[in-house]
Order: sequence, then C-alpha cells, then structure tokens
Amino acid sequence: MHAFKYHRPGSVKDAAALVGKNADAKLLGGGQTLVQTMKLRLASPTDVVDLGTIKELAGIKVAGGTVEVGAMTRHAAVAGSAEVKKAIPALAALAGMIGDRQVREMGTIGGSIANSDPAADYPAAVLGLGATIITDKRKIEADKFFTGMFETALQPGEIITAVSFPVPKRAAYMKFKNPASRFAIVGVFVAETGNGIRVAVTGAGPNAFRVPEMEKALGAKFAPESVAKVKVKADDLNSDLHASAEYRAHLVTVMAKRAVEAAMK
Amino acid sequence: MSASLIGARVQRKEDYRFLTGAGQYTDDVTLPNQSYAAFVRSPHAHATIKSIKIDKAKKAPGVIAVYTGEDVAQAKLGGLPCGWLITDVNGQPMKEPPHPVLAQGKVRYVGDQVAVVVAETQEQARDAAEQVEVSYDVLPAVVDAVQATKKGAPVLHDIAPDNTCYVWALGDKAAVDAAFAKAAHVTKLEFVNNRLIPNAIEPRSANGSYSRADDNYTLYVASQNPHVERLLMTAFVMGLPEHKVRVVAPDVGGGFGSKIYLYAEDVAVTWASRQVGRPVKWTADRSESFVSDAHGRDHHTIAEMAMDKDGKFIGMRVHTHANVGAYLSTFASCVPTILYATLLAGQYTTPLIYCQVTAVFTNTAPVDAYRGAGRPEATYVVERLVETAAREMKLDPAEIRRRNFIREFPYQTPVALQYDTGDYEATLAAAIKMADVAGFAKRKEEAAKGGKLRGLGYAAYIEACGIAPSAVAGSLGARAGLFEAGEIRVHPTGSVTVFTGSHSHGQGHETTFAQVVAERLGMPVENVDIVHGDTSKILFGMGTYGSRSIAVGGTAIVKALDKIIDKGKKIAAHLMEASEGDVEYDKGVFKVSGTDKQKAFGEVAFAAYVPHNYPHDKLEPGLNENAFYDPSNFTFPAGSYVCEVEIDPDTGQTKIVNFTAVDDFGKIINPMIVEGQVHGGLTQGIGQALTENCHYDPDTGQLVTGSFSDYCIPRADDVPSYQVDTRETPCTHNPLGVKGCGEAGAIGAPAAVINAITDALWSMGIKDIPMPATAQTVWKAIQSASKKAA
Repeated sequence: MHAFKYHRPGSVKDAAALVGKNADAKLLGGGQTLVQTMKLRLASPTDVVDLGTIKELAGIKVAGGTVEVGAMTRHAAVAGSAEVKKAIPALAALAGMIGDRQVREMGTIGGSIANSDPAADYPAAVLGLGATIITDKRKIEADKFFTGMFETALQPGEIITAVSFPVPKRAAYMKFKNPASRFAIVGVFVAETGNGIRVAVTGAGPNAFRVPEMEKALGAKFAPESVAKVKVKADDLNSDLHASAEYRAHLVTVMAKRAVEAAMK
Repeated sequence: MSASLIGARVQRKEDYRFLTGAGQYTDDVTLPNQSYAAFVRSPHAHATIKSIKIDKAKKAPGVIAVYTGEDVAQAKLGGLPCGWLITDVNGQPMKEPPHPVLAQGKVRYVGDQVAVVVAETQEQARDAAEQVEVSYDVLPAVVDAVQATKKGAPVLHDIAPDNTCYVWALGDKAAVDAAFAKAAHVTKLEFVNNRLIPNAIEPRSANGSYSRADDNYTLYVASQNPHVERLLMTAFVMGLPEHKVRVVAPDVGGGFGSKIYLYAEDVAVTWASRQVGRPVKWTADRSESFVSDAHGRDHHTIAEMAMDKDGKFIGMRVHTHANVGAYLSTFASCVPTILYATLLAGQYTTPLIYCQVTAVFTNTAPVDAYRGAGRPEATYVVERLVETAAREMKLDPAEIRRRNFIREFPYQTPVALQYDTGDYEATLAAAIKMADVAGFAKRKEEAAKGGKLRGLGYAAYIEACGIAPSAVAGSLGARAGLFEAGEIRVHPTGSVTVFTGSHSHGQGHETTFAQVVAERLGMPVENVDIVHGDTSKILFGMGTYGSRSIAVGGTAIVKALDKIIDKGKKIAAHLMEASEGDVEYDKGVFKVSGTDKQKAFGEVAFAAYVPHNYPHDKLEPGLNENAFYDPSNFTFPAGSYVCEVEIDPDTGQTKIVNFTAVDDFGKIINPMIVEGQVHGGLTQGIGQALTENCHYDPDTGQLVTGSFSDYCIPRADDVPSYQVDTRETPCTHNPLGVKGCGEAGAIGAPAAVINAITDALWSMGIKDIPMPATAQTVWKAIQSASKKAA
C-alpha cells in the first residue's frame, strides 16, 4: 500500500469538502473493494476520506411503505434487522448472502452500489425494487443509476447518503455464486411492486440490468413457467474463466424461475 | 500405569500455543537492526532482459541496497540444485538447466525473480521495488506441457531445445503390448490431472542474518526440512561449510510440500544479510505466494487398461506429459517418475505395466511435490480406469476390484515396489457398509423425483510412504539419504526432551511423538517435550514430507529409546546388585525377575546424573542417546473411499452428499490426529476434483487464477461431514507397525469424486469429466451430451 492521508470527517458536508477539492481523494465506505485494491497497489489515492464516523449515514428507517437504509449501514445490520426482515424479507436475505461474515460486518450498501461491481448483490435489489438513491445533492432513480461496469450516475465528489426501497407485495432473490469469490455469477431479483413486476439481474452483464420480457410474462401470470422459456441474449453478457456468456444467459433463466418460485412461497 | 497412550485421543499439546496466538512463525522473528527485502518479479512469462536500471530505486527513501542477477553472478552464487537425477530411456542424464537465484538475462515465468531491494521497512522495500526499471524483450510463451514439446514451440532453455527434461519409462513395453493384443476388452481414457497451487495458510518467509563476530549465518525460514535446506544452500549454492550456517524452521503454518524446497528468496536474504551487515527479512504476500510457490500435479495422461473376458486386469499402458515448470525445483524430477509410475499397480494384481513419462519445461512456476506427490496422479489413473472398465464391462465396480485385489503378501508389483502387508477386501467391505451402498438405488430414485442426478463412485488407493531405503533411492537417482535422526535427552529428575529431524507444520508431532516416548518410559505426556526444526539443536534430519514422520522419524526415536532402556538396565542392575540379564523393563519400571526388587525409571535417571553409586568402571554417566534409522522398505497405507454426489442438471452444480473413507494406516498412535489428517486430505482432494484449478493464459502465460477470488480452495460448506474409519494391518518392518496418514485423503478423494459424478452422468453417455468438475464444466458436458442425443 502506498502512503496516503487519512481523514475522518464529522459530517457529510465536511466529507464533500474534502473530496470536492481533490480529484485523487477517495471516499471510504466499508473498504471491501478500495482497501483491497490499495493493498494490491492498484489504487493509490492521495487522501482517503472515511465516512465511518458520520453518524447520520448509518441506520435503517421503515415508514410509509419504504425501507430507507443509510449509506454506511453494514450488510450484517440489514441482514439481521427484524424490521427489514418483516418489510422486505428478500432484501434482508440478499444482504445475508453477500461475501462472508467478515465482509458483511464491514461492507456498506453505499459503498457497494457506488462501486457498481458487475457481480455485486445489492444492485439487483436496488434495480429490482425500483429504489431511490439519495445523495447529498439529489435523488436518483434506480433505473438511471447503474450506467456501466464500475460506473454510475454519481458526479465526482457526490456522496450517497441513503437508499430508499419501496416495500413490494412480494419479492425474492436467487444467487448462483462464484465458488471462489462468492460474488454473483448470476443473481436475479424478482419483485411484484406497486408499479408492476420488476426483474433485475446482477453478475451477468457489465452492470445490473432489467429483463423486460420476463417482467411482461410475469405480469400476465406470476408463475415460474412464465419465465422458464424467456432466454436473455448471451451477446452482451460477461464471460470469464468461471462462466461463459452462454452459461450466464442460461443461469439467468434458471435463477429467475427459482426466484419466482421463492417469491410465491 | 493406566491405559496405553498408544491409540489414545490425547489433545494436541501444540494447540494451546497456536489457538492463543502464541505461535512463533518466521515473520514473528524480528532481529535487532532488522531490514526488509522485496523482490522485483517478472511481469512476463518469457522475455529477455535488455537492461535493469536501479538508480531511482537506490535513491528511494529507506533503501539500503539493490541487487540484480549481475551481483549474484559476481558473487558466484550457484543455481538452485535439483535433488534427484533421473536417467532417461537412452541412459542419458536429465537436462538440468541453471536455476539462478536472480534472473540471468532471461525470465521464464510470471513471478521469476529479477532483483531484490533491501530497505529499512517492508513498505519502503516494496515502494522502491516499483522504482526498479527493467526493460524486457517479450518472447512467445508456452504453458502447456504437450504444446511445449511440439515443433516450433518457444524454447525456454538452450540445453533442452525440445523443452524436454527427460523421457523416462518403467516396465516391459513389448510384453505389455502383447497383453493388449490378446485383451477381451480395453478401457482407454485421456485426461489432465489439474495443476494446483498449494496455499499454505502461512506464506513463505525467510529472515537471514550474518554475524561478523563469529562468521556465522542464521536463516529463519518457513521450511519443512531445515537440515536439507541447509545442506543444499551451503554445499550447492553458497559454497559455505555447514557448521557456519544455522537454519531454523520455527512454527510453520502448513506446507503440503510447498515448503520442502530450497527457494531463491531463502538464498537471497541469507547472502544479502552479509552484504548489508544486517538481518534481512522477506515474507511473501498472498499474491506473491500464488506466482512463486512451487505448484503441484499438472499431468496430461493417456491411460489404457487391458482385461480378459472376466474383467481380470492383464496389462496397463500409461503415457504422461508432466509439466515441471520453468526450472527444476528441488524434487521436481522424482515426483512424476519414482513417486508416480511405481504406484500404478494400485491394489491390484495387474501383471504387466508400462509407463512412459515426458517431463517438460514450460513458462510457468516450477512444479514439485504437493500433498500426495505423484501418488494422487497414479491413483487417479488406476481408479478412473478401473471404474470405467467396470461400467464398460457391465460389472459392479466393487466386484471388478475384488476380482483383481492382491491377497498374498509380501507382494512384488511389476513396477518395482514390494508391498509388505495389507487387506484391501477388509477396507472395501467396511466402506461399502458404512456408505450404505445397498441403499443407494433407493436414494437415487428419490433424488430423481426432485430432478437431481445421484451418482456413487469408489476409489481404492495405495500409497508408498516413508520413501526408502537410502541405498535403493540412491540407485534410482536420489542425491540425498532418506533416513531420519532422533535423540532422547533424559534429564536428571526424569523428564525428557526429544529431538527429532522430522518437522511438524500442522501434523501434531509434539503430541504423537510424545505419546510414543511417554508410553515407553511410563510417564505422562506432559513430561515429554518434542524439539524440532533447528539445525543447531538437532543432530540431523531429512524433514517431513511423503507421510514419513511417524514411520521413519518415529522409528528413529524408538531406536534411541531402546538405547536408553539398555543403558538404564545396566544402571538398574548395579543399583539393585543384580546381574544385567535378570533386569526386566516395562513401562517405567526396572525389575529383577523373580524378586520384588524394582527401580523406577526416574530413580535410574537420577543415578545417571548424580552418580554417587554408579558402575563407573563400565559406564559413562548421563542418560542421552541418539539414533539414525534408515527403513528397509516403504510403508504402504491403503484404503477404500466411497463418494456419493447429487447433481443439479439445471446448473451443473455438484453436491457431495456423503463421503466415506476407510483407511489402513497400520497402528495408530492418536486417532484424533489421524482423523484430522484424513479430513484435511479429503478436503484437499475434493478441492482438486471440484473447485481448484491453476490456470495460466495460454497466449500470454499470465496467471489468471492469481488470487482467492479466482482460485477456489474448498470451504467448510463445500464439503460434507465425513464418515471415517480405519482397519489395521501393522507395517511389518518398523517397530511401531505404523504406515503414515498425512496424504491419503488427497490421494484417494479425486478419483472417488469423479467416479461418482461420471456414475451420475453415465446414462447420458458421459464417460469422463475433467477436473475440476465445476458447475460450468458439468453443465457443458450435459449440454453437449443432450445435443448428441437429440
């Protein structure tokens, strides 16, 4: 790891000021990606701005048909929250599937979605539930947030403060894990929401994406067989040592089917 | 005396230290005035070095020195030696290209060490290493052993223009070919025994220091065999006398073979410590371990078994390309030959066996022994052939094994080894019962109702442990002895320190060896301490590998105990005014036969050190004995494994629902430790079968699986709760009757798992599946089988 300056701001405003004036500064959430890349000397920020000491960023609020999760809320807190389990059990279950115990104790929802790792779990829930990403500057709809591999709609220096999830009628997340990293090779989040059916896929493409054909089929009939015949095209999907694009395309259908089954239980 | 300590589940004495963080590993050793090293490694698989500029690095903060290949050449440091000479089919010695401590004008794999930076702190050394400017001319690379032997392949070493280290063979080819000509059935398979990265929990580490005061070097190193490390480093590389070098392997966190060898880093820090006049420490980070530790396996094999009409094996023919990597590591040459082809008889009476091995240099990290070393590869060949043959001949896989089991001992195999004892029927029968093979058909039916495919596979393995005797090994090319040394130091008040040349890095010697000594001397295990891993304390040692510790190291201790008891009898006879011939010894008590006279071991020990009443005319005072033991034969642990899997055809995911292992390790000293060794071995074997794969990009030679994000070692939720048991046929040629247990699981498990998967898929026309059988691999096989069927 190269040497860097470490900051612990007390407020979002102070944090924004620190990253605002320095293009080589990085925000530190739970450190599950940034610290690793720094240790590998692949990232060398001059300044690291730790959001961990900003109290207003952590916490879960359930009210008025939404679950609002503060950006610095650890995965373990979401997975273990009785309120989340009651309101959106699929969201709590998803958080409980991220990485391993150590990762879940450190990793944060804000850090996860800001990074937009193609294989991260949270983007599937954010997109699948049609969540709203709240930043220090504005509110961003989930459909406009994930713009590419490790790319989002966030402006330089913009800080996510919370993610607001509307409570769905029913939902489920099914994940086929990379056996080594435990990231999603394919993860499918299916939800029946007040605004219709949403099917979001993570792991398969450059960033999380929705599958309109599946949403349409499920809108007609919410049953596993509705998605069983819907195949996504392999052309734009990721391909690596662990899974070819064809295999990922196949798994999207299998996991979607299983997610619908689970949502119906 | 209470119940015997032999066979007792004594809790591991070392665990308190390890579990409370009190272990002292090499990286925990920080010496006064410590400095730190970082290595500059090649980012290319194959390249010539045009220039190395070190000026910037030398001026970087905290830097003490920077050394390159030029410096080690000027210092006349030799290359890293290979410990086993293989003579090829034409009677020529194998090709032994130089293996320099720092690259000499050329790099041959990603991670090859090019320069070393010594600095005040580890971070400064690493920062400065990035400032070393190396200019490369990148050359085409080859990572696959078969490809490397083809015409036009990139050439690694001038002395091996076809990249071939040797072509070696064992057996009578003409006789084997004749057997195949009259076979009723021939089973043929072609497969890759996948390359593995050992990944001990403690990364390699070395801390060299030089004392100007007495012209001595000390090297702390994470090693499985400090004496051999010292011998190779002093005699072959640095040209130093051994008495000027002390090698200490303190607590070592796992090795699995990867810490047997003399590595360039060990030499570099030792040499550099004298240049800079300060201790120099290096510890690999995990990324560095992935690219620079010696890897394991990597065979490409075509194997055939010939049978008569009843499924009796009449001949076996095997041709293997073994990847040895870019340079010959310490024991690289003997693993795919002496430790492989000689095991191809397995548990069977196959009368004729021919095996040819082509060892090949490639642009990959050196390949050497890894848990099992040659024997997992051999077992995979034998047991995949046997199971496939049974299926092809429509025989029960257990029945074909029974028809071919060796039943009379000693048994001379056609591939050089002579098995002393065993009972293969017994372990197979026990495994079949324990695994409830009888209920399998019903379980398969149940699984099918849920859309899952069940399969059951066997593996009946044999291994040769405690490689020996030295004379035979020497005639086969070994450049070292294969004995072990032990010393018993009895203290005046009767407690005991034992010095062993074996090395414990997870095996639990401090407990097992203490049980052996305490039982014989009639004292609690707490009164016995085991010391290992320090050339300044221990007479000599050949270290720990090949499941040899209890069979060879343990026997050396028993021989030393014999001498202690012999001397004790003489002292006791004097004390009791009896003739020596009348003194009997049993568990800590010397008795005069036919009388009630007796002396406790402690009294005799005290008399030896406070010799007021002592036979000074016949005996020296003191009670301290040592022994060297060179075994007369290998030991032959064997066992039967049964694996049951369930496959999800929609995803290709395999789940091991049951794994049964029944092993014959001869006499067992501590069943709890043995079970732990079996569990660990099985998990590594299952890792090879299902998840682990070292993958180099075939074009660039980059290591694709260079971290735990891509290289999958199995975790607790990847493996079932094992069912393990043992049967016992004591080894006939060592006094403890022990055989060794460290590698068995890793040897038998891969074949059992793949046999189970192919059983589940057999009806789809899938005869073989490559390792690791990942979900994608199985899914693809199912896809192409259903396309063929359509």
